Amino acid sequence: MQKKLNQKAWFLVLPVFLLVAFSAIIPLMTVVNYSVQDSFGNNEFFWVGAEWFSEILNSERFHSALGRQLLFSAIILLIEIPLGIFIALKIPKQGWAVSLCLVLMALPLLIPWNVVGTIWQIFAREDIGLLGYVLAALDVDYNYTQNSTDAWITIIIMDVWHWTSLVVLLCYAGLSSIPDAYYQAAKIDGASRWATFRYIQLPKLKRVLLIAVLLRFMDSFMIYTEPFVVTGGGPGNATTFLSIDLVKMAIGQFDLGPAAAFSLIYFLIVLLLSWVFYTIMTANEGKTNQS
Amino acid sequence: MDLSWMGWTAFTATFFAVIACFLVIMIVWEKLRPGGAPKVGILGFETTRGDRLFISLLGSAFIHIGWLFFIGGILWWALAISVVYGLAVFKWA
Repeated sequence: MQKKLNQKAWFLVLPVFLLVAFSAIIPLMTVVNYSVQDSFGNNEFFWVGAEWFSEILNSERFHSALGRQLLFSAIILLIEIPLGIFIALKIPKQGWAVSLCLVLMALPLLIPWNVVGTIWQIFAREDIGLLGYVLAALDVDYNYTQNSTDAWITIIIMDVWHWTSLVVLLCYAGLSSIPDAYYQAAKIDGASRWATFRYIQLPKLKRVLLIAVLLRFMDSFMIYTEPFVVTGGGPGNATTFLSIDLVKMAIGQFDLGPAAAFSLIYFLIVLLLSWVFYTIMTANEGKTNQS
Repeated sequence: MDLSWMGWTAFTATFFAVIACFLVIMIVWEKLRPGGAPKVGILGFETTRGDRLFISLLGSAFIHIGWLFFIGGILWWALAISVVYGLAVFKWA
């Protein structure tokens, strides 16, 4: 007997739908409206068409911020993913040390972003920070407020400190799910440590690594709070990423039209990359299910 | 209720109305032909009707952005290319 489908449960979704409508859809509509107009306050708008989009797309400022953002995300992935795998491989599989390692790994993830920024801002200062003081004592020329390279190094180390744990925890979970039989078979075959990693552990980590890459890429691509607290986008514009530049334009300069066009282009880039990652992940899922 | 702060224009209202129409059409289409019509096309992975609409809309947005970046000026040609692209996605993707 065929069961009658009851669709009334969809009404339970209604409160969430209304909430999303107010918090996301209406603001998004407003941003689209602002992106094609110029505003001088007092709710007076003047039609400009696609002028703001052309201006943003052809502006050196946007290209620079996008370039910095892509470079930052690439560096973060190149460091955090291999480092996360390496640490996960080194964490013991049993005994009292497992809990200790996992708690220590989880700690940075529990700290709010603005607090992480403040910690590193103080930590890297020469007068009151341990890192800055030690580097000065070692005669290392380091000043993240005046030197672009130092500012980048500080922000990258801060992000690595904050988020590598996530990759570690995901990889550790992936490694824990590999049955012992695989390792026993590798041992019987006389496989080296590298061969075991290359042909057993790495393929088994593929799915969690995709999630880790997706999360770290998206998060690093939208980073705002930590670099803003540490460097404020400086020195000059050296660490002005897309989100920092957008806030400067929207709230600092109150250029609502260009800022709206900027945010829509930024949103589309994020949406495209999310879709690409989602497609890769689900495509692999399909293949995994088939095999 | 005063919504003047949202800065509505006829153009943006039409834009959102078209998007809303697409969604309504998709719901009706799904009611008439349930299952989402999944298929593997030239993209090499399985897409449903909803996926194809999303790919069409996202691609159209980037066609317009590309037009503004490389050529500039009036967007009617970009819109025409987007329509052709959208039809191609629904046919072959």
